[in-house]
Amino acid sequence: MTTDEWRLIGTVEDIPRSGARRIRIGEVDVGVFRTANDDVFALEDVCPHLGGPLSEGIVHGNEVTCPLHNMVIDLATGLSVEPTPKCVRSCLVRLEGEKVYLSKPDLRDLISQPIR
Amino acid sequence: MEDMKKKLVVIGNGMTPGRTLERIFETNPAAYDVTIFNAEPRVNYDRIMLSPLLSGEKTYEEIIIHGDGWYIDRDIMLYKGFKVDRIDRRSRIVYSGDEECAEYDKLLIATGSNPIIIPVPGHVKEGVVTYRDYDDVEAMLWAAQRGEHAVVIGGGLLGLEAAAGLAMQGMQVTVVHLMPTLMERQLDPAAGHLLQKAVEDRGISVLTEANTKEILGGPSVEGVLLDDGTELPADLVVMAVGIRPSVSVGEAAGLEINRGIVVDNRMRTSDPNILAVGECAEFEGDVYGLVAPLYQMANVAADTLLGDRTGKPFEKQVLATQLKVTGIDLYSAGDFETSENREEIVLRDARRSIYRRLVIEEDKLVGTVLYGDTANNSWYLQLIRDGENISDFRDTMMFGPGYGEGQSADVAVASLADEVEICGCNGVCKGAIVNAINEHELSTIDEVRTYTKASSSCGTCTGLVEQLLTLTLGEDYKPTAADAVCGCTDLGHDDVRKLIEVQRLQTIPDVMQSLHWKSSEGCAKCRPALNYYLLSTWPGIYEDDQQSRFINERVHANIQKDGTYSVVPRMWGGVTSADELRAIADVVEKFEIPTVKLTGGQRIDMLGVRKEDLPAVWSDLGDAGLVSGHAYGKALRTVKTCVGSEWCRFGTQDSTGLGIRIEKFMWSCWTPAKVKMAVSGCPRNCAEATCKDVGVVCVDSGYEIHIGGGSGLTVRQTELLCKVATEDEVMEFVAAVVQLYRLQGHYLERMYKWLARVGIESIKEAIVDDDERRKELYDGFVHSQSFSQHNPWAERVNGVDAHEFKPLAELDLVEVV
Repeated sequence: MTTDEWRLIGTVEDIPRSGARRIRIGEVDVGVFRTANDDVFALEDVCPHLGGPLSEGIVHGNEVTCPLHNMVIDLATGLSVEPTPKCVRSCLVRLEGEKVYLSKPDLRDLISQPIR
Repeated sequence: MEDMKKKLVVIGNGMTPGRTLERIFETNPAAYDVTIFNAEPRVNYDRIMLSPLLSGEKTYEEIIIHGDGWYIDRDIMLYKGFKVDRIDRRSRIVYSGDEECAEYDKLLIATGSNPIIIPVPGHVKEGVVTYRDYDDVEAMLWAAQRGEHAVVIGGGLLGLEAAAGLAMQGMQVTVVHLMPTLMERQLDPAAGHLLQKAVEDRGISVLTEANTKEILGGPSVEGVLLDDGTELPADLVVMAVGIRPSVSVGEAAGLEINRGIVVDNRMRTSDPNILAVGECAEFEGDVYGLVAPLYQMANVAADTLLGDRTGKPFEKQVLATQLKVTGIDLYSAGDFETSENREEIVLRDARRSIYRRLVIEEDKLVGTVLYGDTANNSWYLQLIRDGENISDFRDTMMFGPGYGEGQSADVAVASLADEVEICGCNGVCKGAIVNAINEHELSTIDEVRTYTKASSSCGTCTGLVEQLLTLTLGEDYKPTAADAVCGCTDLGHDDVRKLIEVQRLQTIPDVMQSLHWKSSEGCAKCRPALNYYLLSTWPGIYEDDQQSRFINERVHANIQKDGTYSVVPRMWGGVTSADELRAIADVVEKFEIPTVKLTGGQRIDMLGVRKEDLPAVWSDLGDAGLVSGHAYGKALRTVKTCVGSEWCRFGTQDSTGLGIRIEKFMWSCWTPAKVKMAVSGCPRNCAEATCKDVGVVCVDSGYEIHIGGGSGLTVRQTELLCKVATEDEVMEFVAAVVQLYRLQGHYLERMYKWLARVGIESIKEAIVDDDERRKELYDGFVHSQSFSQHNPWAERVNGVDAHEFKPLAELDLVEVV
């Protein structure tokens, strides 16, 4: 891995446990989620249902429930938990000690084809 | 003819003779004139439920099997509090003291058993009790209110249930057990250790291989001294070391006695006119103490008394026991001693605290111990009883009957044979329940209980019976038991609330752990509910968990469909001023807020505020004295008013002033769902008080208090709670009724739904009829407000939860690309 392919965005402690924070890149928002086990995941902050901000939802286990209409999204896969899942685009996360990095190639993908 | 009826006298009024009488009256109501002598001064109650009674999970009324009316309807003469001390077999008369006697044609002895009291020095001190009947529970509850430390001598079934109950009542409990592991008569050592850990996790200390030497203290107990010199402090000592059949009256009458009163397989003693059942009876050398075999005895005795020789005689029974401590699932059945010709299959999952042991002899299951997950117990018990050859499914039997067809519980129940016993207490098999459901068109668990007795004693099979209802009726079956909070638990809201209180659970992880949540961290449904229940049960103790709140309550504004927020400042009673309006206008311009709208609750709503701007918006509003309107919360929203007697020519009272007073007193309290109020100055009701959660309508002579209205998805008119004379009374009654709702309401249940569920009468009883209860509720509300009443906006302006309002990072587009 080359360091210039990862972007430092903060520390694990910056994100509330069982909670999330938001990263803004231009017009695109990315939700960065921290589970109770201190795993960190990053997803485009747009619910595949009607576009709700996932980073404002309640985090439980490895899932988040969208605050607008309660769609449940699996943080690890970006898939909604339902018989025919819909998908949120995700971004690879690397933890180095307390530091949280996001994958730049993934971020570039998110910016180049924003959903809204 | 009346005179021709034979006379049956029953000594004892426990569950076993109760069952015998039930069966006699169901089969042939005209067979006997019945007289009962009961040494306990009460009716027949469910002794299995003493533990839930002690822990506070049940009340005495809930455990009564036969109320007074039952005896009256059957013309039964019940002597309450009369102990029989002599039987004259020649004249066939029983005597209770000098005053009462009764002639009999047939006599049924059901004197039960006496708890064993170890005659160590000090055993007669005040505060030393046994655990046997309702009086013992009363004594224990009394001690729990006053004392701190309890010592339970005996780590068997009763001792552990007593210990758990006392711990739930807030006592520091130590169990002193003579043997190396707990419940050694029912459990093997491995399960005993798992159990010990679970017991210790509840804050109960366990001392094994400990022998009591002396009970210390003056007239009252102060401590317990063990053989090894250990001294334990104690305000209460419970002796639960075992029971001994109570045979004295039979012995004095010259009946054949061994350990118990010896009976044949028709329950007859050595005198053919005298039968014995229950814990005092001995059959082929065994004395039984569990409800299932005792009910068998009861049925056989009824058949004998009715002269029915076609029924099955009593046989030696496979014994099964279950520990009744909420949250600890433990079951054992049959014979599980190890020996040379026996094999064992053991499943151990220490992390999930599951242990299952199946003992096999000659391709037959002879015993089982289940810990942690006891769902398949009835299947195993049936295999043991039937002596079925298990070699065909030996590989998979550990996983239950449904294995291979999918593991869900209803599949497991569907695959059970008709003969499998579902209700162990009452000996009701699956086929009988399904037939009863079909034949009598039963649709509720209570109806099944009435017709079949299944699930009517200890209740542990209730889940299975419900599954049978579901299987038989399909979608027509609507469970009457409280709906589960969510998929993470089978418990309903009421159960959860009650258990939080009695088990003193004070954090969300505690609740999930103790109540066996199925998911590790709950879900977006149960977490906010638990957060509310803990907050309302433990004001000032429980720390609000922000991550278990919906976004609106976390950031104190209403999220909109585009992810922006709306801001509604409080306007007390709907009254505002030039300064406030000016501040709002300035904020709208400064932050380019796109929409300003009046709400139905007489407030101003600013819509389309960016999340990052919220603290600055609040700061500016706060400078003009505006505070959070809680328009986003399950909380007191608004108190709407009309102008009342100050301006209106019809106004009878100062409705505006009263509305402001209520709002200033009650704002910032969390409730199960939103609460909207209104005060109208006269019955013309311009503030629309009679479709609010709480509405006050002023009249010439005082104030009407209305509750339980709503005008959203459902439009509902309020019901009148009461009328009071003064504003001070309005404050007290309104706060008390809201507090009652805060304590009883299910999370997200609006006040009108709560009212429909509990009934206006029960609310009136608490608020109107019971001055003490109302005062207590009012004080509870005031106490809760002392921790809750602060302006969340000002706190966030000052930096609380700053992370909520700004992005973790703002990345430069150019840099990323």
